[in-house]
Amino acid sequence: MEEEKRIRKIVVPGEKIDMEGKPGRGVFTENGKMYSSYLGIVESRSGYVNVIPLSGCYIPKKGDKVIGKIVDLAPMNWVVDINAPYYAPLHVNDVPWRVEFGDTGRFLSIGDVVLAKVSNVNEMGQVWITLKEQGLRKLEGGHIIQISPSKVPRVIGKNGSMIQMLKDHTNCRIYVGQNGVIWISGSPEGIIKVIKAIRMIEREAHTFGLTDRIKEFLERGDE
Amino acid sequence: MMGMKSDIKLIDDNGLRIDGRLPNQLRPIKMEVGVVKRANGSAYIEWGGNKIMAAVYGPREAYPKHVQESDRAIIRARYNMAAFSVDERKRPGPDRRSVELSKVISEALTSVVFVEKFPRTAIDVYIEVLQADAGTRVAGITAASLALAHAGIPMRDLVVGCAAGKVDGVVVLDLNKEEDNFGEADVPMAILPRTGEIALLQMDGDLTYEELTNAMEMAMDAAREIYKMEIETLKSAYRGDDDDN
Repeated sequence: MEEEKRIRKIVVPGEKIDMEGKPGRGVFTENGKMYSSYLGIVESRSGYVNVIPLSGCYIPKKGDKVIGKIVDLAPMNWVVDINAPYYAPLHVNDVPWRVEFGDTGRFLSIGDVVLAKVSNVNEMGQVWITLKEQGLRKLEGGHIIQISPSKVPRVIGKNGSMIQMLKDHTNCRIYVGQNGVIWISGSPEGIIKVIKAIRMIEREAHTFGLTDRIKEFLERGDE
Repeated sequence: MMGMKSDIKLIDDNGLRIDGRLPNQLRPIKMEVGVVKRANGSAYIEWGGNKIMAAVYGPREAYPKHVQESDRAIIRARYNMAAFSVDERKRPGPDRRSVELSKVISEALTSVVFVEKFPRTAIDVYIEVLQADAGTRVAGITAASLALAHAGIPMRDLVVGCAAGKVDGVVVLDLNKEEDNFGEADVPMAILPRTGEIALLQMDGDLTYEELTNAMEMAMDAAREIYKMEIETLKSAYRGDDDDN
């Protein structure tokens, strides 16, 4: 099925962008002209010109839901790897349990995975996360894969259409963290299918008509 | 080794060089990105007889802690030549030359990356020379710049490395091994092609002011050509069904 895939415009760092609009994300200006600062795709949204990077690490933003892995324990906090340039501390006051001093290991131990929210980020890049909110919890079992954080919106789709389609077709439970970590739980066949579909989305994130192709892939059932 | 005396005629009567190139002609260049799956970004370049691999890791928290800069990222480039990269076995490990090159490459790359976006982090750039044939530092910088772009690191511009020099009294572009060893001067440069700024300029040997200007001019022109190749390489990686990460 090698039909022609239309591709969004790709720019490289330092490439001039000849588009109307105000400079948005991933764009810098010099002498009144706009240039891309990433290898990415250009898009124009509500008056702003943005460049969405095709790869790169996750930059934490306040309010993002992320999936993180516990990498270290301390008496008053856990250290969580959220796939960002920095580790994030999870303080005992930010979890729904009452934790005695030095007793952090009883609730979460190294290697556990949590669905958390970024509660604060400062200009030095320090990040704090919390579990104290509806729906945030430790994730038990399941399967974890990682994608580039810039492709998360494509995996979720418009108003969650893509992710809903994946869930409907495979009966899997799926959580997508803004940091590009995806947790999947369900039957082994379902998980394999979801992973294949997500890899396909990742590979073709910069093309048009992706939802239809993924739908076709899911309905075909194999390969 | 510069300026070694020899009977070899580096420029023939027709004005061609020993590998048949014109004075302002580059060696054939081949580039590819996404060659190392574990790295955040990577590139491979074949530049004449040079074969160089570059891989980028990060930005990630810089350790040990005292190397961190509270307002920006540090770029740690490591230039390394494989033991088998030259005719006679090179003793492995860092030496005077590779420590110097690592430093100047780090500085050249720091000038293009938006380091202030990632305070307290380090961006590690590993440049491995698998086969050397003169001009490895400029080829290494070119590969490193591709790898940085591929890793999704924000940059002002791509960097292009290019060397010029003088052999048998003629200013030539992109010296090869023989010309480097027996020629009179070598001028490696790193250029930001969009603005024409210079991120690295070194000179080994002697040149007059006119010759140096001429050599730099030549490298600048070649840089634009290499820049086009870089853009093409990066864009084509996402065009066809080429897979990345």
